[in-house]
This record gives sequence, C-alpha cells and structure tokens, in this order.
Amino acid sequence: MKIDFEHRQSAHCESGVTSNLLRQSSGGKITEPLAFGIGAGLFYAYIPFISINNGPAIAFRTMPGWIFKRTCRSLGIPVIRKKFSSREQAEKFLMERLEAGQPVGCQVGVYYLTYFPKEYRFHFNAHNLIVYGKEGDNYLISDPIMETPTTLTSYELERVRFAKGALAPKGQIYYTQYTGEIADDRIREAIKSGIKRNVFNMLSIPGPFAGVKGIRFTGKRIKGWRDKLGLDKAKLYLAQLVRMQEEIGTGGGGFRYIYAAFLQEAHAYLPQDDLLAASKMFTQSGDMWRNAAIHAAGIYKGRLGSQQDFDTMGNYLLEIAELEEKAFKALKNIKWRT
Amino acid sequence: MKQENVPQDLSALGKLTKEVCYATDEAGNYVTQLSSGWDVKISALDTAWDDIKERVANARQQVLDGKASPILFFMEYRLMDLKLVADYTGFWQWQIKRHLKPEHFNKLSEQKLQKYAEAFNTSVADLKSLTVHEN
Repeated sequence: MKIDFEHRQSAHCESGVTSNLLRQSSGGKITEPLAFGIGAGLFYAYIPFISINNGPAIAFRTMPGWIFKRTCRSLGIPVIRKKFSSREQAEKFLMERLEAGQPVGCQVGVYYLTYFPKEYRFHFNAHNLIVYGKEGDNYLISDPIMETPTTLTSYELERVRFAKGALAPKGQIYYTQYTGEIADDRIREAIKSGIKRNVFNMLSIPGPFAGVKGIRFTGKRIKGWRDKLGLDKAKLYLAQLVRMQEEIGTGGGGFRYIYAAFLQEAHAYLPQDDLLAASKMFTQSGDMWRNAAIHAAGIYKGRLGSQQDFDTMGNYLLEIAELEEKAFKALKNIKWRT
Repeated sequence: MKQENVPQDLSALGKLTKEVCYATDEAGNYVTQLSSGWDVKISALDTAWDDIKERVANARQQVLDGKASPILFFMEYRLMDLKLVADYTGFWQWQIKRHLKPEHFNKLSEQKLQKYAEAFNTSVADLKSLTVHEN
C-alpha cells in the first residue's frame, strides 16, 4: 500500500517533516523556512553541567517537537499526537493510519537507522521522518534529510521508534487532519507570533545558559577550556560544538541561514524593510558562526592550540552574541503595519 | 553564505546523499543548494570518532587484563553510557556498575546476560568473547 505522497528533501528534519505534512492543506505555502520561523525554531543553549557523548550539551535549535507543535497551533491546525507503551499497539495504530491514507510523522532514534552511514549514527532520539506506506515487510519512508525516499523493514522501524535514552520517542506518531485552506492572513499572524516567541527565547529567557546570554556565556567558558580540560579534551569539546552547529539538519551556520531565509519569505507576506535588514544580520551571523567553526577546526586538527587561539575562539562567540542581540532587538522593535 | 561558496568536500554522508544548505544567490535572495559535505565538519566528526576508537581500544585492553567485564567494552563500542544501558536493560545503574567487574559478570545468569546481549545488539556468546560484527 502506498499513499500518494511527494518526498521533498529539506535541511532540517523537523521543519522539513512539518512542511511536508502540511503541504496538502497549505498548497505548498508552508515552506521549510516558514515552518522553522513560525515554530520559533532558532535558539541557543549550553548546559555546562550535563554532557552528551562525552562532550558539551549545546543546542542551536528549540526543543524537539516544538516546531511542529507551535507551527500547527499558530496556523490553527489541530494536531494528533500519540505515544505508546506497547510495540504491538504502536504498529497497529501506524497501519490503521496508513490504511486510512494518512501519511504520519514519526519520532525516531538515529543509532539504528540503517540507511544512515555508520559515522553519523549516535544515540540521538529526536530525528523525524514520515511513513507513507508499506510494501511487503518494508515501510516506505520519507526522511527529509535524504535526497530520495527510502525504506525500513518492520523490525528496523520498530527498533528506531522504541530507541531508549534521553528524549526516547516511545513510538511517537503525529499528524494533522486539516483539510481546509490556510489563509494568507492566518500566515501573517503566525509569522508575527513566531518572531515574537523567538525574540523572547533569545533575549529574555531566564538564566545564563540560553539565548544570546548563553552564546556569551559559552564564549567566556571556551577561553578557559584549554586550562580546565587540557588541550585534548578541549579539542573534543570544540569538535562537538562544530558538529552541533553544522552537522546534517542545520542548513548551515547553526540554523542561522534558515532563519534568514524565513525572514525573507516573511517579507513577502509582511512587506516591511526591517525584515530584510534583520535577514541580512542573520546571514552575517551564520557567516560568523562558520568562520568560528573554521578557526575551531584549526584547533582540533592541531594546527592551532595556544591559549591565544582559544581566546580568539571565545571572542568569535562574543561578537556573534553582540550581533544577534542587535538583530533580535531590531525584530522586537518592528511596528507591524498590518 | 553565497551559493557558490557552499562547500563540496566529499563526506561519508555525501556518498549516500547530499544535504540541503540555505545560501544566497547574486541578488541576495535565499535559495537551497545541495552540498556533499564540508571539510570543517568532516574533521570534527573524525575527531569524535578518533576519541571513540581510543576509548573502545582502552576498554578492550581493560577486559583482556581482567580489570573490567565485557560490558565495559560493549558500552564503549555501542557509544552508550550507564544511563542508556540502564534504559535498555532495565537494570539499575548500581547493578550495572557491579556487573562491570569481572568477578560479578562471571556469576551472571544466562537470563541477565541475554538482556545485556540484546541491549548491545549482539549474542551472549559474542558478548563473552568480545566479538563484534559490523551492523
């Protein structure tokens, strides 16, 4: 059984799944950048007292699941979401939805995702894909990261749907049953509320570890990594920072480019030049993140490594924090004309 | 980033699929551009894997020296920490810490060994003999 569903590749799994699931009802209007921006996807956090894969816990995006949730809520689209304790129930429910012609989003763990190359398979449980049919024992999978659709056997799909650990998916399935149209006015309002939410997350969220403050905090910490951790471990930390920032699913520059693209698309709905100016600032910020990554690579490849090099690395982040603060303040101060 | 500057360094992923990047065209408008990888992040991933390989080799040596049980080796090999092993096996973390010692591991029942084998996606025989299969 195969549901009529067009696979489309995207940069980031969750905003890609959101955009692809909404394509039918939105007539393609909700592109990946729009889903990312309306869902207030841009973020930064560094939690210094927990470690992931023996490295720092750093995020450049909002909590898994929130982009889909916020985007649908802002657009007034009801979401059906289900978790399971029983594997049999989870598969039964999936089959029922597929037989009813409903493509569904699934949260999965990456470690046993067989079509990924081994080098990319870590215990990361917040990957998203769409199941759109089953042929024999193979489920038809549209993974937004991949260029083409792929398949997983029922055993393989069950294993990734029930991966364990942090953010365990517990067989989570989600979809929408909206058939009406999404009006442009609704999109305009959703864009405004997405920007407002993102401004809050980056400028006003309490505590020193998140938002613009979190970037500044990381910058200061990095300067101390060489002494505190020793050069070898500090290299690993920087490598992890770069992976979180650039690895598959970010669209480059720690999601800053996707956000800049979002602001450009937002301008088509709300023609105010402030949006284009802010978009330019995020492009610049993405470029700066990438320059910082190149510098970090110099350190973890062993070409650089003095304390001065770590200071430079930290200063990159301080500069970025300055710029993003300016950009979000500009967004905050936009007076909407419509 | 400008469209023509989107890096095209072949990564392990790039052999299977290219990834979407957002970049600007000559007019400054955002477009998507496929990338086959970027040297900077390939070496970041290499750095992480070099460390993992070292940890796995150390763990193997500790098991061979009789200082740790095969659970340590498979934990490192499967990139797991205590909490994750606890989640997969249903044991408490303090129990797993005990099982990391060879004298406790050797007394484990077949049933408990089976739980570990499943968590590490291997068989009891391979678990005991530190045998790994690529999968």
